Amino acid sequence: MTTHIVSAFDEDLGKLRNLIAQMGGLAEDQFGKSIDALSTSDRVKAEHIIAADEKIDALEKEVEENAIKLIAKRQPMAEDLRSIMVAIRIASDLERIGDLSKNIAKRTLAVNEPLPRSVNVGLKRMAELAMEQLADVLDAYASLDTQKANDVWHNDSRIDALYNSVFRELLTYMMEDARTIGMCTHLLFGAKNIERIGDHTTNIAENIHYLVTGTTLDGPRPKQDSTSLTPVESRAEK
Amino acid sequence: MDAAVMQAEKTHKTVMTPAEPLIMKQGKPKIVAEGVTVHYGEKQAIFPLDIKIPDRAVSAFIGPSGCGKSTFLRCMNRMNDTIPICRVGGKITIDGNDIYDPGLDVVQLRARVGMVFQKPNPFPKSIFENVAYGPRIHGLAHSKTDIEEIVVKSLKRAGLFEEVKDRLDAPGTGLSGGQQQRLCIARAIAVNPEVILMDEPCSALDPIATARIEELIDELRQNYCIVIVTHSMQQAARVSQLTAFFHLGTLVEVGDTEAIFTNPQERRTQDYIMGRFG
Repeated sequence: MTTHIVSAFDEDLGKLRNLIAQMGGLAEDQFGKSIDALSTSDRVKAEHIIAADEKIDALEKEVEENAIKLIAKRQPMAEDLRSIMVAIRIASDLERIGDLSKNIAKRTLAVNEPLPRSVNVGLKRMAELAMEQLADVLDAYASLDTQKANDVWHNDSRIDALYNSVFRELLTYMMEDARTIGMCTHLLFGAKNIERIGDHTTNIAENIHYLVTGTTLDGPRPKQDSTSLTPVESRAEK
Repeated sequence: MDAAVMQAEKTHKTVMTPAEPLIMKQGKPKIVAEGVTVHYGEKQAIFPLDIKIPDRAVSAFIGPSGCGKSTFLRCMNRMNDTIPICRVGGKITIDGNDIYDPGLDVVQLRARVGMVFQKPNPFPKSIFENVAYGPRIHGLAHSKTDIEEIVVKSLKRAGLFEEVKDRLDAPGTGLSGGQQQRLCIARAIAVNPEVILMDEPCSALDPIATARIEELIDELRQNYCIVIVTHSMQQAARVSQLTAFFHLGTLVEVGDTEAIFTNPQERRTQDYIMGRFG
C-alpha cells in the first residue's frame, strides 16, 4: 500500500493498528491464563485475570475514540474507511474475548473441586484450538493475509465439534451422579465461553476479508455446534 | 509504480465498477460518448474514452488538475469550439443526436445544455435581467407576463427567490458569492435545458453556501441530467450517483458512486480518493 500525501494520516492509522495489536496480545494472554487457572483450580490467578480485564476495556475505548477522531479529521475513503470501521469491530470482538476469559476465570472460583480428568483434557484441547485460531487471526490482521483469515473462518468447525463432545460428556456425568451437577454446569458454561471465543475469532476473520477485498465472505459459516438441538433424556425414560 | 498500473495507463481502458453500474439500469442514458479524444494543438488532452451518462441523475467527474475532466465536460456543449487549436474526435450524442453534426445549431445546443462555472459570473445587470435574458433571446417568452413567470419560477427552483424577491431590480453582482452562484443556476435553468454542466460550482463558496448548492443539485436531479466536475471528493460522494475518475487524460474508472468511494477496483482511483501517492 502506498503512503498518504498527508503523513499524519498514516501515523493515525498506524496508531489504530498498534492499539488493536495491543488488545490482541492482552486478549490472548487473558484467555490462556484463564484456561490454566480453570484446569489447575488456581484461584489467585483467576482473581488476577478478573482484575486485568479492565485494561482491555480501556483499550477498546481508546480505539473507538481514535477511530471517531480519524473519521472527523480525515474523511477517509475506500480501504482507509474500511480499515477504520474494521478496527472498531475487531476491537469490540477482542473486548468480548476478554470478557469471556474473565467469565472462565470466574468459573474457577465457583468450582471447588478438581476437574474430572477427561473433561479437563477436552476443555484444554478446545482452548488450544481456540488459542491457535486467535493467534492466527491476529497474524492475519497484522499482515492483511486474507488466505490465513479464510482458513481461520473454515477451521472454527473443529472447535464446535469438540464442544459437542465436551457437552455430551458433561451431560453423562450429571446423569450418572447428581452431586456433580453444580460443577458440571459451571464447566459447561466454561466450555460455551471457549466456543464463543472461537465465534468472535471468526468474526475477526470475516472483517479482515472485508477490509482487504471490500466484499463479505459469502455463505453460511461451517457450524458444527449442534448442542442447542440436543435433547436431554431423563433416566426414567431409558 | 508497478507494471500493471503502467500497462493500464498505456491502454487507456476504463474499468466499470461494478461491471454493470446500477444507475445505468434506470433507463436510457442521456449522453453517450464514444471514442472521444481531444487535442490542444499537438498535445493530446483526452485519450479515446467511452462513457454513458444517465438522465435525471448527477454524474461527478473527479481527478487531479489537468486530468481532462473539465476539457471533457466542455465537449458536451461544444464550449471547446471557441478554442481555435482544440480538436475534438469521436462521437457524442444527446438523446441519440450527434452534437458535433455540422448542421447543428450550436446556440440551440447550449440552450439545451446549460453550464455553471467555477466563479459566479452574473451579467452586470439586474437580478431580473440576468434570468430574463436567456428566455428572451431564445424566444421562449412572448409577453411581459411570460417573462416574469419564467424569472420567478427559475429563481424559486434555484432556491433564491425568497432572498431576492424584494430587490429584483438590484444588480446581480451585488449578491453574495453563494447567491450569485444560485443566480447563475437560475439563469441556466430559465431556458429549459435538459442537461446542466457544472464546473466546480462550489469551489469559491463557503460551507453553508456550498451546502445550499448541493441541496439544490439534489432537487434539480429530479428533472435534469446533471454533470459536475469537482475537486472535493466528499462533494462527489454526497451529490452524485455516478462517479467517473480521470487521470492523465484517461477515463480510468466509472461506476456507481457508492462503489467507487467504498471499493474502487483500480489502484489509481484508490490512491487518488484516499489521498495516497500514486
